[in-house]
Amino acid sequence: MKFRTWIAIIAGALPGSLGAVILFLAIYAWPAIRLNGLQFAIHNTWNLGNLYADPVTTGGVPIQPGAHYGILFLIVGTLLSTLIALLLAVPVGVGAAIFLAEAVSGKLRLWISFFVELLAAIPSVVFGLWGYVVLIPFLAHYVFPFFAGTLGVVIPIFAGPTGSGYGLLTAGIVLSMMIVPLIAATLRDALVAQPAAMRESAMAIGATKFETVWRVVLPSTNKVLIGASFLALGRALGETMAVLMVSGNALNYLPQNVYAPISTMAAFIVSQLDSALQDPTEMAVRSLAEIALVLCLISIIVNALARLMLLAWAPAGRPERA
Amino acid sequence: MPVTTMPLGTPTSHQMRPSRRLFSTLGWAATGLSLLLLSVLMLWILTVVFIRGFSAISLSLFTTITQGNGGGLLNAIEGTAVLSAGALLIAVPLGVGAGIYVSEYRNSPWATTIRFLADVLVGVPSIVMGYFGYVTMIEWLGWGFSVAAGSIILAMICLPYICRTTELALEQVPGELREAGYALGATDWRVILKICLPAALPGVLTGIMLALAVSVGETAPLLYTAGWSNYLWDGRLTHSPIGYLTYAIWTFINEPFASANALAYAAAFLVTAFVLLINIVSRLVFDRLHP
Repeated sequence: MKFRTWIAIIAGALPGSLGAVILFLAIYAWPAIRLNGLQFAIHNTWNLGNLYADPVTTGGVPIQPGAHYGILFLIVGTLLSTLIALLLAVPVGVGAAIFLAEAVSGKLRLWISFFVELLAAIPSVVFGLWGYVVLIPFLAHYVFPFFAGTLGVVIPIFAGPTGSGYGLLTAGIVLSMMIVPLIAATLRDALVAQPAAMRESAMAIGATKFETVWRVVLPSTNKVLIGASFLALGRALGETMAVLMVSGNALNYLPQNVYAPISTMAAFIVSQLDSALQDPTEMAVRSLAEIALVLCLISIIVNALARLMLLAWAPAGRPERA
Repeated sequence: MPVTTMPLGTPTSHQMRPSRRLFSTLGWAATGLSLLLLSVLMLWILTVVFIRGFSAISLSLFTTITQGNGGGLLNAIEGTAVLSAGALLIAVPLGVGAGIYVSEYRNSPWATTIRFLADVLVGVPSIVMGYFGYVTMIEWLGWGFSVAAGSIILAMICLPYICRTTELALEQVPGELREAGYALGATDWRVILKICLPAALPGVLTGIMLALAVSVGETAPLLYTAGWSNYLWDGRLTHSPIGYLTYAIWTFINEPFASANALAYAAAFLVTAFVLLINIVSRLVFDRLHP
């Protein structure tokens, strides 16, 4: 066989593994998908039922009496924590990118960029450790009571009780730290790549340096910013360990303020598999597989959209770093 | 005759409205503060991990296995090494092969598809990969928590990184080199394996190192594929759980014992130092390759 054919087959490992993940999760989750139907996404009760009773047959499949699998609270928790992460990460990422691209140059830019981007290399579980040991006590003792006393007076979702520090806002803050390097790095590269003529013409009509950057150079990179934010969104949606360690792992609970405990789809899979295994009908484990499948499909869609945007909009040349 | 010079560039302060000056000053302050904030957070994490971790490091950590809420991390260090080595053993041939295909036959539809899917695969949450591993290898194949299951899942996570960095490295090899090879009558595989790949080797190795860093830092996909064990690896690929450092961080920080917390800090120190070291070395190599 020709060399080209051989390595074409080897290269098939990539689409192969992606396909296998979707296929096998779907096959395994199928009984749960049939049982749960649309209720899965709109009901707010995850209940394994009475594990000591005999299974009853519902909708053609055996389940424990009283078992119910609804993950609305996980969808809400995932969306809200990701939203907070983006709200915090986009402005900070844009600011850092502007300063790196326009205010420092040469070796200094390289080294500061590298240092800040190392944030992205720190493993998720180390973020979780730091959040658990340092950030949570700090937020719970100083920051959250301050927020509740000031912002909380005007904006109801910031009002107390401020809780233990484990919760939505903490998860959002930790997630934002994990995704901000991606936004900053991608946007910085795009800013640096903008033609000098663009800056020169703005300066020539009397704009200050910052006005040039803010009103002329930055708007020309807004598509890159949207693409990078989508990539960051995809990463935040699936982040597991750090969220697991700081979110409070709420069950069947919709947050009433920003300090309330939550859980996300990714963290829930880890925190619940042990108890799901107690279910002799396997429906709980299969419902967890359904969560994994939904999460997988969402992140594929988000990432595919982000890559398509960056491919279609980015100027030709250097490919985006993974 | 005296030469009068026109003011150039930015208007001087007396010409500019104060609001514009204020806007620019505040703008620079805000962007500078953003960068400062990121640097401070990075330093904060590093100090916590390094100071607490360093004080928890001792020789017995590297010579004894975990016992209850104390002991050492030898089993976890060995497990992380075994799992990552296994992952690279699978992912390197496949990833480099895929990278070669995507780079050398770049315009074929299959290459475009694979390049795109590699980027999408990077974005699939690692816990999803882990659950896939649990469903297929632990449940259906009945392997139990094992080295094989953990390594295969880590390999799937590393695959797209290795593929894309190999592609980037091969792109840097000048086309003339290939033409020279073909002109001497070399076949496809000789040109690629004997000429292009050696020329691109530093870049390819950088990618493999980064993939190693990713696999050493992963936790979620291993929880339900590799499991955890307090003992050293018994050499079996299936039906035998294995320890790893990231599990120690996650579990032992939640224990109410100082000895257990010390293990977590030590493990965090080892993992973070290793991952950062790899990133710094790769960056130095990368900068040398792409000046």
